[in-house]
Amino acid sequence: MDLLDILLSASFWAAAIRIASPLIFATLGELICERAGVLNLGIEGIMVAGAFAGWIAVWAGLPLWGGVAVAMLTGMMLGLVHSILSVPFGLSQHVVGIGLTLLATSLTFYTYRVVLPEVSSPPKITAFQPYEIPLLADLPLVGPALFSQTPLTYAGFILAALTALVLYRTPLGLAVRAAGENPSAVAAQGLSVTAIRMGAVIVGSGFMAVGGAFLTLSAFDSFFFDMVNGRGWICIALVVFGAWRPGKAVLGAILFAAFDALQIRLQQTGIGAVVPYQVFLMLPYFLSILALVVMSRRAEVPAALMVPFNKGER
Amino acid sequence: MSTTQKAQVVLRLQGVTKRFGPVTANENVSFDLHRGEVIALLGENGAGKTTLMNILFGQYTADAGSVELFGVPLPPGAPRAALDAGVGMVHQHFTLADNLAVWENIVLGVDHLTAPSLKPREVKARIRDLSQRFHLKVDPDARVGQLTVGERQRVEILKALYRDARILILDEPTAVLTPQEAEALFATLREAIASGLAVIFISHKLHEVMSISHRVIVLRHGKLVAERATDTTNREELAALMVGAEVSAPTIAASPPGAPLLSLRAVSTPDQGAAPGLKALDLDLCAGQITGLAGVSGNGQAALSDLLSGLIRPANGEMQLHGTTPHRWSPRTAIANGIARIPEDRHKTGTIADFDLTENAILETYATRFSRRGWMNWPKARAFAESLIKTYDVRCPGPDIRIRLLSGGNMQKLILGRVLEEAPDIILANQPVRGLDIGAVNYVHSMLAQARDRGAAVLLISEDLDEIMRLSDVTHVISEGRLSPAFARGTMRPEELGSWMAGHGFDSHGITPGGPDAA
Repeated sequence: MDLLDILLSASFWAAAIRIASPLIFATLGELICERAGVLNLGIEGIMVAGAFAGWIAVWAGLPLWGGVAVAMLTGMMLGLVHSILSVPFGLSQHVVGIGLTLLATSLTFYTYRVVLPEVSSPPKITAFQPYEIPLLADLPLVGPALFSQTPLTYAGFILAALTALVLYRTPLGLAVRAAGENPSAVAAQGLSVTAIRMGAVIVGSGFMAVGGAFLTLSAFDSFFFDMVNGRGWICIALVVFGAWRPGKAVLGAILFAAFDALQIRLQQTGIGAVVPYQVFLMLPYFLSILALVVMSRRAEVPAALMVPFNKGER
Repeated sequence: MSTTQKAQVVLRLQGVTKRFGPVTANENVSFDLHRGEVIALLGENGAGKTTLMNILFGQYTADAGSVELFGVPLPPGAPRAALDAGVGMVHQHFTLADNLAVWENIVLGVDHLTAPSLKPREVKARIRDLSQRFHLKVDPDARVGQLTVGERQRVEILKALYRDARILILDEPTAVLTPQEAEALFATLREAIASGLAVIFISHKLHEVMSISHRVIVLRHGKLVAERATDTTNREELAALMVGAEVSAPTIAASPPGAPLLSLRAVSTPDQGAAPGLKALDLDLCAGQITGLAGVSGNGQAALSDLLSGLIRPANGEMQLHGTTPHRWSPRTAIANGIARIPEDRHKTGTIADFDLTENAILETYATRFSRRGWMNWPKARAFAESLIKTYDVRCPGPDIRIRLLSGGNMQKLILGRVLEEAPDIILANQPVRGLDIGAVNYVHSMLAQARDRGAAVLLISEDLDEIMRLSDVTHVISEGRLSPAFARGTMRPEELGSWMAGHGFDSHGITPGGPDAA
């Protein structure tokens, strides 16, 4: 009974969408990288850096959208580092990615200490406020859940649609997908696999950083050291769950977020009194793994994912 | 051709030279290609054909010499320049992305990357139009991964035609086609030539070169050694020019069959995805006999070869090996029972690319012959590799280099040596000469014939009818997992076998998926 009440409440779905938003940005970013053939494990660190960069920029006086732009640029710079090492140099994408995560995370903490040497608790900013879309927000259930979010959430959904459009409807998107499937086919057309892959990693990393910035600029109004908390790794799984398709990946993000929102609410019900709360905390991850197993059976991995391309090699 | 004198020169190579360190890949190569002309570029592996084409496509920069397209010098090292000038190339290894649709593969790279839309509807309409005009039947919406090899080649050709190519380069185009498909390809080419296309046709197959080309250019060790008008030369002369000496294909005499070493009775295996399994198959592999298995790839050859290799077990029916039913059938028992395999894909399943020659030489026997009490005996393994290199004429710097650096022919010789050194009773040779040059082909064939004369039963799976008809003592055709009757050497014409390959004849012979007895 309790469960049904929760599932039918608008506030539950509003929370799910809110929790999903940073995942949507970062998952799209990862998806773009992987579609071009590069696994970007720098995602966790890039999200941390994005969260900090966006927040500190707004704290320093930039408008909120300026903070988003700063976060995106930060992510793109980190993406540039990743892409130089992983694409033209062809280094192991695992090592480059994990190294970048460590680098970006520690660099962020270092910068934090340099900029704010003497604060005990981080300063707050005025975050994005919910914006009710006229008419649509008045719809029952869907209105409050979908159309009373912050502008950055709307941007996430628009970005998802744009990503799908570019990937499937433009020559650029086709080239990106082909670079992840068979880079030789791209090279045979006289296109530069290196440029396409580097571009995808740089842009994708920018999206990841905006995902991080969502946490400081929309979900909360301040920066904490462990706020990203493994969301980047979840996004890696969501890309697989979404079978490398933007639409499915967004659905996956919402599903995961719904589990997360559900477990918080379940803790407050009658079951919560009996079952230890750690079980509930585990729930979204457990269900995600389950869904991943079921969904990714038939998924088509980009054939050249994690395969460096060296022109002219046998 | 008298008209070529007046026809426009579309491609002119002058003194093209390319060196890789001490190796000269191309030396002072010059020739002209005219509008509506087909030049056959002939040469063994390593003769420099690929390097020459890579220079044309800007992958390499020539050390000396120049390339002119339609009278305009080609800027060196610019990959798009040749494409933009109207040169299309169909590579031997297709450059298609399996997970993308046909139309997506064709349109890739046509529009500038900043173009706002792919315009799928217009693209598909144009593809349909082209495929009708040039008889290249293919569904633009199909995914390339689901197409047969022949269809993929059509996609590659359409890709070139879609770009309004005026020069088409075909690298070993018929290596993977049935005779009918090859004939259809030639019909397409003739049509294209008539409309002004110029073609460079790279091939080892002399009868094709004779039938489609106007001129033949022979490369050897990077040098242009001969240029002949096709109607003034013949196959023997070309073969001699190519290898630099008189060559003759080994003549393989008939030999009396011995007892069946391996028998299949009404054996069926499940379908594997799009590839059919075996349908109530009866087959005998007899000692001292080469059994040819002709057929278009993807008609059950994979199932049969997996079955004999021990990778799958019969779902129905009986398999007898040396007169007994093998117990716990697996690759290990197959090897233990004297079945040797020359795998279809020497890169994927035959060798480990980044292992050296020694390691590759002992891949199947490392645990038995080259180790003691769990420790590898490397000196023995290395000596074995050295003996293979010597006996089977594997041309390489030594046993310590990675096998990926070897040419296909030399790689295949090593595999052949590895197999034959075990003196196997049954040899499963799956496409043993795919992509090899004439010298290597003859070598592999004569070694298989020798193994047969020694008393081995050889199953030769090939899509090349020439090869099947030359080697096999008996021939079966496989189509959709069904097996034709056995045809003795010399009783069938290629067209008849081709018709069986296309699936005709099975029903009239009462061969249904239920087996001959069911009819």
